[in-house]
Amino acid sequence: MIREFSSADILFIVSAVRWTLILSVIAFLGGAIGGLAVALARTAQGRLRRRIAAGFIQVFQGTPLLMQLFLVYFGLAVLGLPIDPLLAAAVALTLHASAYLGEIWRGAIEAVPPGQTEAAVALSLSYRDRMRHVVLPQAMRLATAPTVGFLVQLIKGTSLASIIGFTELTRAGQIINNATFKPFLVFGTVAALYFVLCWPLSLLARHMEARMRLAITR
Amino acid sequence: MTEHAIIMRAVNKYYGAYHALVDIDLTVSRGERIVICGPSGSGKSTLIRTINQLEPIESGTIVVDGVELTAGGDNVARVRQDVGMVFQSFNLFPHMTVLENCVLAPMKTRKIPRAEAEATARKYLERVRIPEQADKYPAQLSGGQQQRVAIARALCMKPRIMLFDEPTSALDPEMVKEVLDTMIDLAREGMTMLCVTHEMEFARAVADRVIFMDKGVIVEENAPAEFFGNPKNERLQNFLGQIA
Repeated sequence: MIREFSSADILFIVSAVRWTLILSVIAFLGGAIGGLAVALARTAQGRLRRRIAAGFIQVFQGTPLLMQLFLVYFGLAVLGLPIDPLLAAAVALTLHASAYLGEIWRGAIEAVPPGQTEAAVALSLSYRDRMRHVVLPQAMRLATAPTVGFLVQLIKGTSLASIIGFTELTRAGQIINNATFKPFLVFGTVAALYFVLCWPLSLLARHMEARMRLAITR
Repeated sequence: MTEHAIIMRAVNKYYGAYHALVDIDLTVSRGERIVICGPSGSGKSTLIRTINQLEPIESGTIVVDGVELTAGGDNVARVRQDVGMVFQSFNLFPHMTVLENCVLAPMKTRKIPRAEAEATARKYLERVRIPEQADKYPAQLSGGQQQRVAIARALCMKPRIMLFDEPTSALDPEMVKEVLDTMIDLAREGMTMLCVTHEMEFARAVADRVIFMDKGVIVEENAPAEFFGNPKNERLQNFLGQIA
């Protein structure tokens, strides 16, 4: 039965935004922790750690996100774990974000002038203090814009979780479209909602970048 | 406590196949002020950077204040606490104020409480004659002021030895003097100093010994009067002729 596109349908789609947001937040926070570990390993002294991190990045940057979602989703079953779309999507997107953020932050860490590390070493600061107080704060300034840019990519990337049956924004749209068959209206609404999520982030990135620059050069 | 601040024995350093330091033997007494000069690529910066192991060495031994750098353990960390370094490009932390630059290492490495670290920092900023800049960011200061902050930052760790790696080379001519004056003050207070510099006025004024390096070798070393007045090695004579 094809029925009319009603306000209840819009409400259904809008309320699915929260799952897109939850998935994005989990993947971003997980990816931030994983990405920091990857970036630190990539810039570490030890060759083995650098190689392992590089391999991890290559694998996740060199395969489609959709395949990563499939592999994790069906991999859960192979491992005897319950097949849960949210868990699978969260794990896959976290790994994906770890690889990309790791690479972005590696670049930012390496862009901090070597003299900064030398001065910190000469002051006998430990690796931890050097990173925490000297290198990472400066790398963060360089990484802010590309990080928020990636977050926008990540939010849009969560739409792929619809394919493994997780009811986030895109899947909610599909469900309503199947019932109402108003694809242009339905997916236009869905796209507009993604835009509402992503656009302010792009503005925020630009604002943060400008403010950071001001704080340094003044 | 040994009477020698630094003892280097048969130190060799390579960059790949390039032999940057060749069998360096150097003994520095406590309170001694040494100026190291030589053409670029002669190994003079590399030499002082081995003393706090910013550059690891391939062979030989370095003993700083009775602690053998090459013996492993936490010796390198201990030596770095007692050896301050000033760089050609200042290397201040641009995201921190002058005061924060000065208190970071004492608070983190020496575990000194903030209030005490700040008091010490203000004292040294006074000594380098820029106490009023404490709350500014490095980018707001002139090159000469930044280098004086860098000196104060190193002094805040209360080092027993100070290394200067071409501290005035990146400065505009009118700012060289203010940095040299600060270094002269420090020398007069009895700090053990090793300075890589081409400022021969400075060498004449404060150095106990001037060392000339070429191709990774210490070619000649002498008291300033003899070094400048009666250079023996031909390469040194050429060098002095070029920079005079």
